[in-house]
Amino acid sequence: MVTEKEVQHIAGLADIGINTGELGDFTARFNEILDYFDVLDRVQGDGKVACDLSNVMRDDIVEPSLLQEDALKNAAAKEDGFVKAPRVM
Amino acid sequence: MAAHEITFEPDDRYNAFLTTCNKAPHCDGKLGGIAVAVKDNISTQGIETTCASKILKGYIPPYDAHVVGLLRQSGAAVAGKTNMDEFGMGTTTENSAFGPTLNPCDTTRVPGGSSGGSAAAVAAGMVRMALGTDTGGSIRCPAAFCGIVGLKPTYGRVSRYGLIAYANSLEQIGPMAKNVHDVSLLMQVIAGHDRRDTTSYAKPYTHTPSADIKGLKIGVPQEYFGEGVDKGVAEITKRAIFRLEELGATAVPCSIPSMEYALAAYYVTCTSEASSNLARFDGVRYGPAADTKRSWHDAYQDVRRARFGTEVRRRIMLGTFALSSGYYGKYYAKAQIARENIRKDFSRIFSGVDVIAGPTMPTVAFRLGEKSDPLSMYLADILTVPANLAGIPAISVPCGKSEGMPVGLQIMGKPFEDERVIDVAYAYEQAVGL
Repeated sequence: MVTEKEVQHIAGLADIGINTGELGDFTARFNEILDYFDVLDRVQGDGKVACDLSNVMRDDIVEPSLLQEDALKNAAAKEDGFVKAPRVM
Repeated sequence: MAAHEITFEPDDRYNAFLTTCNKAPHCDGKLGGIAVAVKDNISTQGIETTCASKILKGYIPPYDAHVVGLLRQSGAAVAGKTNMDEFGMGTTTENSAFGPTLNPCDTTRVPGGSSGGSAAAVAAGMVRMALGTDTGGSIRCPAAFCGIVGLKPTYGRVSRYGLIAYANSLEQIGPMAKNVHDVSLLMQVIAGHDRRDTTSYAKPYTHTPSADIKGLKIGVPQEYFGEGVDKGVAEITKRAIFRLEELGATAVPCSIPSMEYALAAYYVTCTSEASSNLARFDGVRYGPAADTKRSWHDAYQDVRRARFGTEVRRRIMLGTFALSSGYYGKYYAKAQIARENIRKDFSRIFSGVDVIAGPTMPTVAFRLGEKSDPLSMYLADILTVPANLAGIPAISVPCGKSEGMPVGLQIMGKPFEDERVIDVAYAYEQAVGL
Protein backbone atom coordinates (compact mmCIF):
# COMPACT_ATOMS: atom_id res chain seq x y z
CA MET A 1 0.00 0.00 0.00
CA VAL A 2 1.28 3.44 -0.85
CA THR A 3 0.02 6.44 1.08
CA GLU A 4 -1.12 9.82 -0.20
CA LYS A 5 2.14 11.23 1.16
CA GLU A 6 4.18 8.79 -0.95
CA VAL A 7 2.16 9.59 -4.07
CA GLN A 8 2.78 13.26 -3.45
CA HIS A 9 6.49 12.55 -3.09
CA ILE A 10 6.54 10.63 -6.39
CA ALA A 11 4.66 13.45 -8.12
CA GLY A 12 7.38 15.78 -6.86
CA LEU A 13 10.18 13.53 -8.14
CA ALA A 14 8.49 13.37 -11.56
CA ASP A 15 7.76 17.12 -11.62
CA ILE A 16 4.21 16.17 -12.44
CA GLY A 17 2.37 18.55 -10.15
CA ILE A 18 -0.60 17.29 -8.19
CA ASN A 19 -3.50 19.11 -6.52
CA THR A 20 -4.56 18.07 -3.04
CA GLY A 21 -8.03 17.41 -4.42
CA GLU A 22 -6.67 14.77 -6.83
CA LEU A 23 -4.49 12.99 -4.33
CA GLY A 24 -7.13 10.59 -2.97
CA ASP A 25 -8.18 9.30 -6.38
CA PHE A 26 -4.61 9.00 -7.68
CA THR A 27 -3.63 7.04 -4.56
CA ALA A 28 -6.63 4.68 -4.78
CA ARG A 29 -5.96 3.89 -8.46
CA PHE A 30 -2.25 3.56 -7.75
CA ASN A 31 -2.94 0.93 -5.12
CA GLU A 32 -5.29 -1.06 -7.37
CA ILE A 33 -2.63 -1.16 -10.08
CA LEU A 34 0.23 -1.97 -7.67
CA ASP A 35 -1.85 -4.81 -6.20
CA TYR A 36 -2.10 -6.23 -9.68
CA PHE A 37 1.67 -5.81 -10.22
CA ASP A 38 2.27 -8.02 -7.16
CA VAL A 39 1.92 -11.01 -9.51
CA LEU A 40 5.54 -10.25 -10.45
CA ASP A 41 6.65 -11.41 -6.98
CA ARG A 42 6.17 -14.97 -8.22
CA VAL A 43 8.31 -14.62 -11.36
CA GLN A 44 11.13 -17.15 -11.53
CA GLY A 45 14.26 -17.05 -13.67
CA ASP A 46 17.51 -15.19 -14.08
CA GLY A 47 16.40 -12.84 -16.86
CA LYS A 48 19.57 -13.49 -18.83
CA VAL A 49 18.97 -12.26 -22.36
CA ALA A 50 19.84 -14.71 -25.12
CA CYS A 51 21.00 -12.39 -27.86
CA ASP A 52 23.49 -12.67 -30.69
CA LEU A 53 23.52 -8.98 -31.50
CA SER A 54 26.26 -6.56 -30.54
CA ASN A 55 26.45 -2.79 -30.33
CA VAL A 56 27.13 -0.99 -33.58
CA MET A 57 29.47 1.98 -33.13
CA ARG A 58 30.47 4.66 -35.58
CA ASP A 59 33.29 7.20 -35.69
CA ASP A 60 32.54 10.51 -34.04
CA ILE A 61 32.39 12.63 -37.16
CA VAL A 62 30.66 15.97 -37.54
CA GLU A 63 27.61 15.83 -39.81
CA PRO A 64 24.99 18.40 -40.81
CA SER A 65 22.29 18.76 -38.19
CA LEU A 66 19.29 20.94 -37.38
CA LEU A 67 19.93 24.66 -37.91
CA GLN A 68 19.91 26.73 -34.73
CA GLU A 69 17.12 28.82 -36.20
CA ASP A 70 14.95 25.75 -36.82
CA ALA A 71 15.72 24.27 -33.42
CA LEU A 72 14.50 27.48 -31.78
CA LYS A 73 11.31 27.82 -33.79
CA ASN A 74 9.13 25.98 -31.28
CA ALA A 75 10.55 27.57 -28.14
CA ALA A 76 8.17 30.04 -26.56
CA ALA A 77 10.87 31.99 -24.72
CA LYS A 78 14.30 32.63 -26.25
CA GLU A 79 17.13 35.10 -25.96
CA ASP A 80 20.28 35.69 -28.06
CA GLY A 81 19.89 32.41 -29.97
CA PHE A 82 19.22 30.27 -26.89
CA VAL A 83 16.09 28.89 -25.28
CA LYS A 84 15.18 30.60 -22.07
CA ALA A 85 14.56 28.25 -19.16
CA PRO A 86 13.21 28.83 -15.66
CA ARG A 87 15.86 29.80 -13.11
CA VAL A 88 17.78 26.93 -11.54
CA MET A 89 18.85 28.71 -8.32
CA MET B 1 9.89 16.86 -55.95
CA ALA B 2 6.18 17.44 -55.31
CA ALA B 3 4.84 17.83 -58.81
CA HIS B 4 1.18 17.36 -57.95
CA GLU B 5 -1.28 17.85 -55.15
CA ILE B 6 -4.53 16.25 -54.07
CA THR B 7 -7.47 17.96 -52.44
CA PHE B 8 -8.31 16.34 -49.13
CA GLU B 9 -11.46 17.63 -47.46
CA PRO B 10 -13.02 14.65 -45.68
CA ASP B 11 -16.33 14.65 -43.86
CA ASP B 12 -14.72 13.86 -40.51
CA ARG B 13 -17.80 13.06 -38.46
CA TYR B 14 -15.82 10.56 -36.35
CA ASN B 15 -13.16 13.02 -35.14
CA ALA B 16 -10.51 10.81 -36.71
CA PHE B 17 -8.24 13.71 -37.68
CA LEU B 18 -6.54 16.32 -35.55
CA THR B 19 -5.09 18.07 -38.61
CA THR B 20 -6.05 17.71 -42.26
CA CYS B 21 -3.94 18.88 -45.18
CA ASN B 22 -6.53 20.23 -47.59
CA LYS B 23 -3.98 20.57 -50.37
CA ALA B 24 -1.58 17.66 -49.98
CA PRO B 25 1.44 17.68 -52.30
CA HIS B 26 2.87 14.49 -53.74
CA CYS B 27 5.18 13.19 -56.46
CA ASP B 28 4.95 10.12 -58.70
CA GLY B 29 5.88 6.70 -57.40
CA LYS B 30 4.71 3.43 -55.89
CA LEU B 31 2.07 5.23 -53.79
CA GLY B 32 1.71 8.13 -56.25
CA GLY B 33 -1.29 10.26 -55.28
CA ILE B 34 -2.57 7.93 -52.54
CA ALA B 35 -3.80 9.81 -49.46
CA VAL B 36 -2.11 8.38 -46.37
CA ALA B 37 -3.02 9.44 -42.83
CA VAL B 38 -0.28 9.62 -40.22
CA LYS B 39 -0.76 9.16 -36.48
CA ASP B 40 -0.12 12.36 -34.60
CA ASN B 41 2.90 11.03 -32.67
CA ILE B 42 4.92 10.72 -35.89
CA SER B 43 6.85 13.89 -36.81
CA THR B 44 5.81 15.64 -40.01
CA GLN B 45 7.88 18.63 -41.11
CA GLY B 46 5.73 21.74 -41.25
CA ILE B 47 2.56 19.96 -40.03
CA GLU B 48 1.48 20.33 -36.41
CA THR B 49 2.23 17.22 -34.34
CA THR B 50 0.68 17.06 -30.88
CA CYS B 51 0.51 13.40 -29.72
CA ALA B 52 -3.10 14.46 -28.89
CA SER B 53 -1.69 16.38 -25.92
CA LYS B 54 -2.17 19.97 -24.88
CA ILE B 55 1.52 20.05 -23.97
CA LEU B 56 2.45 19.89 -27.67
CA LYS B 57 -0.35 22.10 -29.00
CA GLY B 58 1.16 24.28 -31.70
CA TYR B 59 4.35 22.23 -32.09
CA ILE B 60 5.53 22.16 -35.70
CA PRO B 61 8.31 19.59 -36.19
CA PRO B 62 11.34 20.98 -38.02
CA TYR B 63 12.01 17.57 -39.62
CA ASP B 64 10.22 14.48 -40.95
CA ALA B 65 10.25 11.10 -39.26
CA HIS B 66 12.13 8.57 -41.39
CA VAL B 67 8.89 6.82 -42.38
CA VAL B 68 7.31 10.13 -43.43
CA GLY B 69 10.30 10.88 -45.65
CA LEU B 70 9.84 7.44 -47.21
CA LEU B 71 6.11 8.07 -47.70
CA ARG B 72 6.81 11.34 -49.48
CA GLN B 73 9.49 9.74 -51.69
CA SER B 74 7.04 6.97 -52.65
CA GLY B 75 4.56 9.54 -53.95
CA ALA B 76 2.08 9.32 -51.09
CA ALA B 77 0.18 12.46 -50.12
CA VAL B 78 0.34 13.05 -46.36
CA ALA B 79 -3.34 13.83 -45.92
CA GLY B 80 -3.43 14.59 -42.22
CA LYS B 81 -2.62 13.68 -38.66
CA THR B 82 -4.87 11.29 -36.80
CA ASN B 83 -6.32 11.34 -33.32
CA MET B 84 -4.96 9.01 -30.66
CA ASP B 85 -4.80 8.44 -26.94
CA GLU B 86 -2.49 11.11 -25.54
CA PHE B 87 1.11 9.96 -26.19
CA GLY B 88 -0.28 6.50 -27.09
CA MET B 89 -1.46 5.84 -23.55
CA GLY B 90 -4.81 4.13 -23.87
CA THR B 91 -6.93 1.47 -25.52
CA THR B 92 -9.89 3.57 -26.69
CA THR B 93 -8.71 6.96 -28.07
CA GLU B 94 -10.82 8.53 -25.31
CA ASN B 95 -7.62 9.81 -23.66
CA SER B 96 -7.13 12.41 -26.40
CA ALA B 97 -6.98 16.03 -25.25
CA PHE B 98 -9.03 16.86 -28.35
CA GLY B 99 -12.02 14.60 -27.76
CA PRO B 100 -12.59 10.93 -28.54
CA THR B 101 -12.72 9.37 -32.00
CA LEU B 102 -15.94 7.45 -32.71
CA ASN B 103 -16.05 3.97 -34.19
CA PRO B 104 -17.43 4.18 -37.76
CA CYS B 105 -19.08 0.75 -37.30
CA ASP B 106 -21.13 2.07 -34.35
CA THR B 107 -20.71 5.65 -33.18
CA THR B 108 -21.73 4.80 -29.62
CA ARG B 109 -18.56 2.74 -29.34
CA VAL B 110 -14.83 3.49 -29.18
CA PRO B 111 -12.60 2.75 -32.17
CA GLY B 112 -9.95 1.18 -29.93
CA GLY B 113 -6.60 2.74 -29.33
CA SER B 114 -4.27 4.19 -29.25
CA SER B 115 -4.21 4.49 -33.09
CA GLY B 116 -8.00 4.97 -33.13
CA GLY B 117 -7.97 7.95 -35.49
CA SER B 118 -5.93 6.06 -38.09
CA ALA B 119 -8.25 3.04 -37.87
CA ALA B 120 -11.41 5.14 -38.11
CA ALA B 121 -10.06 7.16 -41.06
CA VAL B 122 -9.38 3.91 -42.95
CA ALA B 123 -12.60 2.16 -41.89
CA ALA B 124 -14.72 5.15 -42.93
CA GLY B 125 -12.98 5.28 -46.31
CA MET B 126 -11.50 8.75 -45.76
CA VAL B 127 -8.03 7.41 -46.66
CA ARG B 128 -6.86 4.15 -48.22
CA MET B 129 -3.97 3.67 -45.82
CA ALA B 130 -2.68 5.00 -42.53
CA LEU B 131 0.33 4.73 -40.27
CA GLY B 132 -0.20 3.78 -36.66
CA THR B 133 2.13 2.89 -33.82
CA ASP B 134 1.91 -0.16 -31.60
CA THR B 135 3.46 -0.20 -28.12
CA GLY B 136 1.17 -2.80 -26.55
CA GLY B 137 -1.46 -3.37 -29.23
CA SER B 138 -2.17 0.18 -30.43
CA ILE B 139 -2.35 -0.82 -34.11
CA ARG B 140 -3.98 -4.23 -33.72
CA CYS B 141 -6.64 -3.21 -31.19
CA PRO B 142 -8.20 -0.42 -33.27
CA ALA B 143 -7.81 -2.53 -36.42
CA ALA B 144 -9.83 -5.29 -34.72
CA PHE B 145 -12.44 -2.90 -33.29
CA CYS B 146 -12.98 -1.06 -36.60
CA GLY B 147 -12.81 -4.11 -38.88
CA ILE B 148 -9.61 -3.30 -40.78
CA VAL B 149 -6.13 -4.85 -41.11
CA GLY B 150 -3.17 -3.66 -39.01
CA LEU B 151 0.39 -4.95 -38.70
CA LYS B 152 2.82 -4.48 -35.84
CA PRO B 153 6.14 -5.23 -37.54
CA THR B 154 9.05 -7.05 -35.91
CA TYR B 155 10.91 -4.69 -33.56
CA GLY B 156 13.67 -3.08 -35.60
CA ARG B 157 12.09 -3.56 -38.98
CA VAL B 158 10.73 -0.01 -39.28
CA SER B 159 12.74 3.03 -38.17
CA ARG B 160 11.48 4.89 -35.10
CA TYR B 161 13.44 8.04 -36.01
CA GLY B 162 11.03 10.94 -35.59
CA LEU B 163 8.47 8.92 -33.65
CA ILE B 164 7.84 10.84 -30.44
CA ALA B 165 8.92 8.22 -27.93
CA TYR B 166 6.65 6.66 -25.33
CA ALA B 167 8.27 3.27 -24.63
CA ASN B 168 11.24 2.77 -26.94
CA SER B 169 11.89 -0.91 -26.30
CA LEU B 170 8.31 -1.90 -27.18
CA GLU B 171 6.95 0.38 -29.89
CA GLN B 172 6.95 0.07 -33.66
CA ILE B 173 5.38 2.09 -36.45
CA GLY B 174 3.21 -0.04 -38.72
CA PRO B 175 0.75 -0.03 -41.64
CA MET B 176 -3.07 -0.04 -41.43
CA ALA B 177 -5.48 -0.49 -44.36
CA LYS B 178 -8.75 -2.14 -45.37
CA ASN B 179 -7.03 -5.18 -46.86
CA VAL B 180 -3.82 -7.17 -46.53
CA HIS B 181 -2.58 -6.17 -49.98
CA ASP B 182 -2.51 -2.49 -49.01
CA VAL B 183 -0.92 -3.23 -45.62
CA SER B 184 1.80 -5.13 -47.47
CA LEU B 185 2.22 -2.31 -50.01
CA LEU B 186 2.66 0.29 -47.26
CA MET B 187 5.06 -2.02 -45.45
CA GLN B 188 7.20 -2.20 -48.62
CA VAL B 189 7.58 1.58 -48.40
CA ILE B 190 8.30 2.01 -44.68
CA ALA B 191 10.49 -1.00 -43.79
CA GLY B 192 14.26 -1.01 -44.06
CA HIS B 193 17.42 0.18 -42.38
CA ASP B 194 17.89 3.69 -41.02
CA ARG B 195 21.12 4.50 -39.24
CA ARG B 196 19.43 7.26 -37.25
CA ASP B 197 17.56 4.59 -35.28
CA THR B 198 20.12 2.55 -33.36
CA THR B 199 17.70 -0.40 -33.12
CA SER B 200 17.03 -0.44 -36.86
CA TYR B 201 17.75 -3.74 -38.58
CA ALA B 202 18.83 -4.08 -42.20
CA LYS B 203 16.02 -6.19 -43.58
CA PRO B 204 13.91 -4.49 -46.24
CA TYR B 205 10.45 -5.82 -47.02
CA THR B 206 9.91 -6.59 -50.70
CA HIS B 207 7.24 -9.24 -50.33
CA THR B 208 4.06 -9.73 -52.35
CA PRO B 209 1.41 -11.64 -50.35
CA SER B 210 0.84 -15.30 -51.22
CA ALA B 211 -2.31 -17.19 -50.20
CA ASP B 212 -0.61 -20.61 -50.20
CA ILE B 213 -0.45 -21.87 -46.62
CA LYS B 214 -0.49 -25.62 -47.28
CA GLY B 215 1.51 -27.47 -44.64
CA LEU B 216 1.63 -24.47 -42.30
CA LYS B 217 1.59 -25.26 -38.57
CA ILE B 218 -0.44 -22.91 -36.40
CA GLY B 219 0.02 -22.83 -32.63
CA VAL B 220 -3.21 -22.09 -30.75
CA PRO B 221 -2.41 -21.01 -27.17
CA GLN B 222 -4.99 -22.02 -24.57
CA GLU B 223 -4.42 -18.70 -22.77
CA TYR B 224 -5.93 -16.85 -25.76
CA PHE B 225 -9.26 -18.60 -25.21
CA GLY B 226 -9.36 -18.60 -21.42
CA GLU B 227 -10.84 -16.47 -18.69
CA GLY B 228 -11.73 -12.92 -19.67
CA VAL B 229 -12.11 -13.73 -23.37
CA ASP B 230 -15.67 -13.17 -24.54
CA LYS B 231 -17.39 -16.38 -25.71
CA GLY B 232 -18.63 -14.88 -28.98
CA VAL B 233 -15.15 -13.55 -29.82
CA ALA B 234 -13.53 -16.91 -28.96
CA GLU B 235 -16.04 -18.81 -31.09
CA ILE B 236 -15.57 -16.63 -34.16
CA THR B 237 -11.79 -16.78 -33.85
CA LYS B 238 -11.86 -20.58 -33.55
CA ARG B 239 -13.98 -20.73 -36.69
CA ALA B 240 -11.40 -18.57 -38.50
CA ILE B 241 -8.58 -20.90 -37.45
CA PHE B 242 -10.65 -23.84 -38.69
CA ARG B 243 -10.97 -22.02 -42.02
CA LEU B 244 -7.16 -21.84 -42.16
CA GLU B 245 -7.07 -25.60 -41.59
CA GLU B 246 -9.42 -26.07 -44.53
CA LEU B 247 -6.83 -24.19 -46.59
CA GLY B 248 -4.18 -26.79 -45.73
CA ALA B 249 -2.78 -25.60 -42.40
CA THR B 250 -2.67 -27.66 -39.21
CA ALA B 251 -3.67 -26.23 -35.84
CA VAL B 252 -1.71 -27.43 -32.81
CA PRO B 253 -2.67 -26.60 -29.20
CA CYS B 254 0.06 -24.89 -27.18
CA SER B 255 0.56 -22.91 -24.00
CA ILE B 256 2.35 -19.68 -22.99
CA PRO B 257 2.65 -20.11 -19.19
CA SER B 258 4.50 -16.79 -18.79
CA MET B 259 1.38 -14.94 -20.02
CA GLU B 260 0.33 -14.80 -16.40
CA TYR B 261 2.97 -12.10 -15.90
CA ALA B 262 2.78 -10.44 -19.32
CA LEU B 263 0.43 -7.59 -18.53
CA ALA B 264 2.19 -6.56 -15.32
CA ALA B 265 5.60 -6.85 -17.03
CA TYR B 266 4.32 -4.73 -19.88
CA TYR B 267 2.85 -1.96 -17.73
CA VAL B 268 5.90 -1.76 -15.46
CA THR B 269 8.19 -1.55 -18.51
CA CYS B 270 6.19 0.96 -20.55
CA THR B 271 5.50 3.30 -17.63
CA SER B 272 9.17 3.19 -16.60
CA GLU B 273 10.28 4.12 -20.10
CA ALA B 274 7.56 6.78 -20.30
CA SER B 275 8.69 8.41 -17.06
CA SER B 276 12.07 9.00 -18.67
CA ASN B 277 10.87 9.84 -22.20
CA LEU B 278 8.23 12.32 -21.14
CA ALA B 279 10.60 14.26 -18.89
CA ARG B 280 11.46 16.35 -21.97
CA PHE B 281 8.04 17.99 -22.03
CA ASP B 282 8.65 20.97 -19.82
CA GLY B 283 7.45 23.88 -21.94
CA VAL B 284 10.97 25.12 -22.64
CA ARG B 285 12.05 23.90 -26.09
CA TYR B 286 8.52 23.32 -27.40
CA GLY B 287 4.99 23.67 -26.19
CA PRO B 288 3.64 26.44 -23.99
CA ALA B 289 6.13 28.66 -22.21
CA ALA B 290 7.18 27.77 -18.69
CA ASP B 291 7.31 30.77 -16.41
CA THR B 292 11.03 31.59 -16.50
CA LYS B 293 10.76 33.82 -13.45
CA ARG B 294 9.96 30.86 -11.19
CA SER B 295 12.27 28.09 -10.02
CA TRP B 296 12.43 25.24 -12.51
CA HIS B 297 10.65 22.60 -10.36
CA ASP B 298 7.74 24.94 -9.72
CA ALA B 299 7.56 26.07 -13.35
CA TYR B 300 7.73 22.52 -14.75
CA GLN B 301 5.14 21.22 -12.29
CA ASP B 302 2.72 23.96 -13.28
CA VAL B 303 3.10 23.30 -17.00
CA ARG B 304 2.89 19.52 -16.67
CA ARG B 305 -0.09 19.56 -14.30
CA ALA B 306 -2.02 21.87 -16.58
CA ARG B 307 -1.09 20.29 -19.92
CA PHE B 308 -0.80 16.53 -19.39
CA GLY B 309 -3.98 14.44 -19.11
CA THR B 310 -4.72 12.30 -16.05
CA GLU B 311 -3.65 8.99 -17.62
CA VAL B 312 -0.33 10.41 -18.80
CA ARG B 313 0.40 11.80 -15.34
CA ARG B 314 -0.58 8.47 -13.79
CA ARG B 315 1.78 6.51 -16.03
CA ILE B 316 4.69 8.91 -15.50
CA MET B 317 4.20 8.52 -11.75
CA LEU B 318 3.85 4.72 -11.94
CA GLY B 319 7.10 4.54 -13.90
CA THR B 320 8.89 6.90 -11.55
CA PHE B 321 7.72 4.71 -8.67
CA ALA B 322 8.74 1.43 -10.36
CA LEU B 323 12.26 2.76 -10.93
CA SER B 324 12.67 4.44 -7.56
CA SER B 325 15.14 3.30 -4.97
CA GLY B 326 13.73 0.49 -2.85
CA TYR B 327 11.16 -0.58 -5.47
CA TYR B 328 13.33 -1.17 -8.55
CA GLY B 329 14.03 -4.80 -7.58
CA LYS B 330 10.37 -5.56 -6.88
CA TYR B 331 8.98 -4.05 -10.08
CA TYR B 332 11.34 -3.14 -12.92
CA ALA B 333 13.91 -5.91 -12.43
CA LYS B 334 11.18 -8.56 -12.08
CA ALA B 335 9.38 -7.24 -15.15
CA GLN B 336 12.55 -7.70 -17.20
CA ILE B 337 12.87 -11.32 -16.02
CA ALA B 338 9.22 -11.91 -16.93
CA ARG B 339 9.83 -10.34 -20.31
CA GLU B 340 12.71 -12.68 -21.02
CA ASN B 341 10.57 -15.65 -19.94
CA ILE B 342 7.90 -14.60 -22.45
CA ARG B 343 10.50 -14.39 -25.18
CA LYS B 344 11.71 -17.88 -24.25
CA ASP B 345 8.15 -19.26 -24.28
CA PHE B 346 7.60 -17.90 -27.79
CA SER B 347 10.95 -19.25 -28.93
CA ARG B 348 10.05 -22.71 -27.58
CA ILE B 349 6.62 -22.71 -29.27
CA PHE B 350 8.05 -21.45 -32.55
CA SER B 351 10.45 -24.38 -32.66
CA GLY B 352 7.38 -26.50 -33.43
CA VAL B 353 4.99 -24.16 -35.26
CA ASP B 354 5.21 -21.49 -37.95
CA VAL B 355 2.75 -18.96 -36.52
CA ILE B 356 0.56 -18.50 -33.46
CA ALA B 357 -3.12 -17.54 -33.80
CA GLY B 358 -5.82 -16.26 -31.47
CA PRO B 359 -8.16 -13.32 -30.99
CA THR B 360 -6.64 -9.82 -31.15
CA MET B 361 -8.84 -8.44 -28.37
CA PRO B 362 -10.77 -10.29 -25.65
CA THR B 363 -14.02 -8.44 -26.51
CA VAL B 364 -15.55 -6.33 -29.26
CA ALA B 365 -15.29 -2.51 -29.08
CA PHE B 366 -16.40 -1.03 -25.75
CA ARG B 367 -19.12 1.58 -25.42
CA LEU B 368 -17.82 5.14 -25.03
CA GLY B 369 -17.12 5.76 -21.35
CA GLU B 370 -17.52 2.06 -20.46
CA LYS B 371 -13.98 1.56 -19.13
CA SER B 372 -13.78 4.18 -16.45
CA ASP B 373 -11.07 2.75 -14.20
CA PRO B 374 -7.50 2.37 -15.45
CA LEU B 375 -6.90 -1.23 -14.36
CA SER B 376 -9.88 -2.62 -16.28
CA MET B 377 -8.65 -0.68 -19.31
CA TYR B 378 -5.15 -2.18 -18.92
CA LEU B 379 -6.60 -5.72 -18.70
CA ALA B 380 -8.04 -5.37 -22.22
CA ASP B 381 -4.46 -5.40 -23.59
CA ILE B 382 -3.66 -8.92 -22.37
CA LEU B 383 -3.70 -10.59 -25.81
CA THR B 384 -1.67 -7.93 -27.63
CA VAL B 385 1.18 -7.08 -25.21
CA PRO B 386 3.02 -10.44 -25.48
CA ALA B 387 4.07 -9.66 -29.09
CA ASN B 388 5.54 -6.30 -28.01
CA LEU B 389 7.41 -7.82 -25.08
CA ALA B 390 8.90 -10.45 -27.42
CA GLY B 391 9.46 -8.04 -30.32
CA ILE B 392 7.72 -10.39 -32.78
CA PRO B 393 5.49 -9.45 -35.74
CA ALA B 394 1.72 -9.63 -35.28
CA ILE B 395 -1.18 -8.77 -37.55
CA SER B 396 -4.90 -8.36 -36.96
CA VAL B 397 -7.27 -9.26 -39.79
CA PRO B 398 -11.08 -9.05 -39.63
CA CYS B 399 -12.65 -12.50 -39.14
CA GLY B 400 -16.36 -11.90 -38.57
CA LYS B 401 -18.70 -10.17 -36.18
CA SER B 402 -19.95 -10.65 -32.64
CA GLU B 403 -22.80 -8.50 -31.26
CA GLY B 404 -22.77 -6.89 -34.71
CA MET B 405 -19.21 -5.60 -34.17
CA PRO B 406 -15.98 -6.66 -35.93
CA VAL B 407 -13.67 -9.29 -34.42
CA GLY B 408 -9.96 -9.48 -35.27
CA LEU B 409 -7.96 -12.64 -35.83
CA GLN B 410 -4.40 -12.14 -34.57
CA ILE B 411 -1.49 -13.94 -36.24
CA MET B 412 1.90 -13.74 -34.53
CA GLY B 413 5.12 -14.88 -36.20
CA LYS B 414 8.80 -15.52 -35.61
CA PRO B 415 11.07 -12.47 -35.44
CA PHE B 416 11.59 -10.98 -38.93
CA GLU B 417 8.96 -13.26 -40.48
CA ASP B 418 6.53 -10.40 -41.09
CA GLU B 419 6.09 -11.87 -44.57
CA ARG B 420 4.67 -15.06 -43.11
CA VAL B 421 2.05 -13.39 -40.89
CA ILE B 422 1.03 -11.30 -43.88
CA ASP B 423 0.63 -14.45 -46.00
CA VAL B 424 -1.56 -16.17 -43.40
CA ALA B 425 -3.76 -13.07 -43.05
CA TYR B 426 -3.92 -12.82 -46.85
CA ALA B 427 -4.86 -16.50 -47.22
CA TYR B 428 -7.70 -16.03 -44.74
CA GLU B 429 -8.89 -12.80 -46.34
CA GLN B 430 -8.87 -14.30 -49.84
CA ALA B 431 -10.72 -17.42 -48.68
CA VAL B 432 -13.55 -15.54 -47.01
CA GLY B 433 -13.61 -12.76 -49.60
CA LEU B 434 -13.59 -9.76 -47.27
